[in-house]
Amino acid sequence: METFGLLFQGLQVAILPINLLYALIGVTLGTAVGVLPGIGPALTVALLLPVTYRLDPAGSLIMFAGIYYGGMYGGSTTSILLNTPGESASIVTALEGNKMAKAGRGGPALATAAIGSFVAGLIATMGLAFIAPFVVTFALAFGPREYFALMVLAFVTVSAAFGDSTLRGLTSLFIGLALGIIGIDLQTGQARMSFAIPDLLDGIEVTTLAVAMFAIGETLFIAAQGARAPDKVEPVRGSLWMTAKDWGRSWKAWLRGTLIGFPIGAMPAGGAEIGTFFSYTLEKKLTKHPEEFGNGAIEGVAGPEAANNASAAGTLVPLLTLGLPTTATAAIMLAGFQQYGLQPGPLLFVSNPQLVWGLIASLLIANFMLLVLNLPLIGLWVRLLTIPKPWLYAGILMFATLGTIGANPSVFELGMLLAFGLLGFGLRVFGFPIAPVVVGLILGPLAEQQLRRALAISQGDVVVLFTSPIAAALFAIAAIALILPLILRARGKGQILSQMAADED
Amino acid sequence: MTDHTGPNVIKRRPDWAALCVAAGLAAIAALIAWDTSRLGAAGAYARIGPQTVPFAIAFCLAVLSAWTVFEALRGDFPEREKQEFAPVLWIVGGLIAQMVLLKVAGFSIATGVLFAMTARGFGRINLAIALPVGVVLAAMVWLIFAKLLQLSLPAAALEGWIAVGASWLFGGIASGFQVLWTFIQGLF
Repeated sequence: METFGLLFQGLQVAILPINLLYALIGVTLGTAVGVLPGIGPALTVALLLPVTYRLDPAGSLIMFAGIYYGGMYGGSTTSILLNTPGESASIVTALEGNKMAKAGRGGPALATAAIGSFVAGLIATMGLAFIAPFVVTFALAFGPREYFALMVLAFVTVSAAFGDSTLRGLTSLFIGLALGIIGIDLQTGQARMSFAIPDLLDGIEVTTLAVAMFAIGETLFIAAQGARAPDKVEPVRGSLWMTAKDWGRSWKAWLRGTLIGFPIGAMPAGGAEIGTFFSYTLEKKLTKHPEEFGNGAIEGVAGPEAANNASAAGTLVPLLTLGLPTTATAAIMLAGFQQYGLQPGPLLFVSNPQLVWGLIASLLIANFMLLVLNLPLIGLWVRLLTIPKPWLYAGILMFATLGTIGANPSVFELGMLLAFGLLGFGLRVFGFPIAPVVVGLILGPLAEQQLRRALAISQGDVVVLFTSPIAAALFAIAAIALILPLILRARGKGQILSQMAADED
Repeated sequence: MTDHTGPNVIKRRPDWAALCVAAGLAAIAALIAWDTSRLGAAGAYARIGPQTVPFAIAFCLAVLSAWTVFEALRGDFPEREKQEFAPVLWIVGGLIAQMVLLKVAGFSIATGVLFAMTARGFGRINLAIALPVGVVLAAMVWLIFAKLLQLSLPAAALEGWIAVGASWLFGGIASGFQVLWTFIQGLF
């Protein structure tokens, strides 16, 4: 198999000491932000973009992917011990995991989450390595109209298909798209929406928007909730070792979780949360111990945790092969690629195979690092949960502004940071999702470019968009993804969709 | 709130905050349409130009605005929890203070003020403690990012002293090692 050869070459890049160091920094930071409630991998990658501007592209991207994987591991710790998910893909884990911790089985819960994440991460990364070349050969045949259709599908699934309201999802998306047209039009050189302000000619920085939405908006939102009873951290009681029975009940759930999570992540269908929800429902149906569900069933931790890590690996399939981000973290990673003048897509596999395969191979290594970080060193991460809120959020804002100041130390940029922070706060208060704004900002200009190319080729004939079978099929799926949830919600079946909301990561 | 007395109450009061959101969306749509209409169609080829997509976005935002009005009148917007405004004002104040102080007082002091005001927003924190803690932390961050990672962070008097102090300190350590090394060499 050619893939093995490429993967082997990638491993040679990944085991360079400097790249191992980047991977280690990435997974450590990722675990830390996964554990801390209120900040997720999307924000962390956004904060690091300006800092890594001068570093080597392969190393930085390895670090970003490490953060993404680490965030998925770390979130489970918070869910299990604090009952507050550290990031949104761990919401389901909290259902059973926290019950287990309260019953003194926190150790096995953390262990099944970490080992499940490891198994899923390993299988899904191999899946990524094997599927990516196929998608690439397929994608090489894509023209502008197919890409445009694909982006429209991504817009719909990110904004309207899940979450609790089509209206609010679409509104968020169009706010992002509107911000995306600010700046100089690349094809004609005309300034759009910049009102003769020179700072706006380059457009809105993705990092500024992401940091403002995720760090400042979130901090303001948490502060506005006022003082509530402090969350209680459950101490890790019981051995970290799982009994034979725990293993027996966990391994099938891990594999099923992986099988559910990976395809959902790989399709342009939104975030890792969806897979965790399906996995939980499936485990509840298949279990031999239904009485334990709701009181701390180990399958209910093992399955969803495996599913969320498998989804994270899955999201890298459209990102690397098509340049299509389907989550906020992937959108910011795309900005990371662009920062180095690289455009993910089928051509990147041809023009820069060392980078792509080095990245994929380093994910395998990152998984081993994460297993060590999250089992023997778990006590260290639990300490992070005891930082008092005022200091934690003061520190978050310090680093949030550091990134923006480092990228562009101007009062105008900080003013935008504040303005978008207030916008993010407002969106949260009214229940608008955040991820579509970020995806709209970064993907909107790319979609416009493809649309204009497609229509230029057809001399303005819109019908051409639908005459390609692939594009027509993608538009049809997008239409279903838009209309079906509307019908479901109208008939009062919206709760399932809102639980699957892809909010942050 | 009499709205929640029973399921029989069908006619709810319009949601004024949601109507403001709708007005905001309509304003953005109008702004985009106005700005776009000023663009020349010079670059347009076969009716597709820089104006096409902005007009489409403006149209969609206008539709979403109308939809929001509809939902606001029907009371379909979710209940909003009561928001505390004092902490928000502390944090926004901190961000504005940082913005104003950044060029004048340098990164450390400006960010230290932001740190202290954010902490104050979250609880009963003594500003006399939080401010020095914030300035010291920010100075450490400045040292790491501006000096080691070559990030361009605004510097003022304080940062100058830190840089000099750090170079003395590290210079001292380095010359200490040098002395030690010559001493060890002297032994043999």
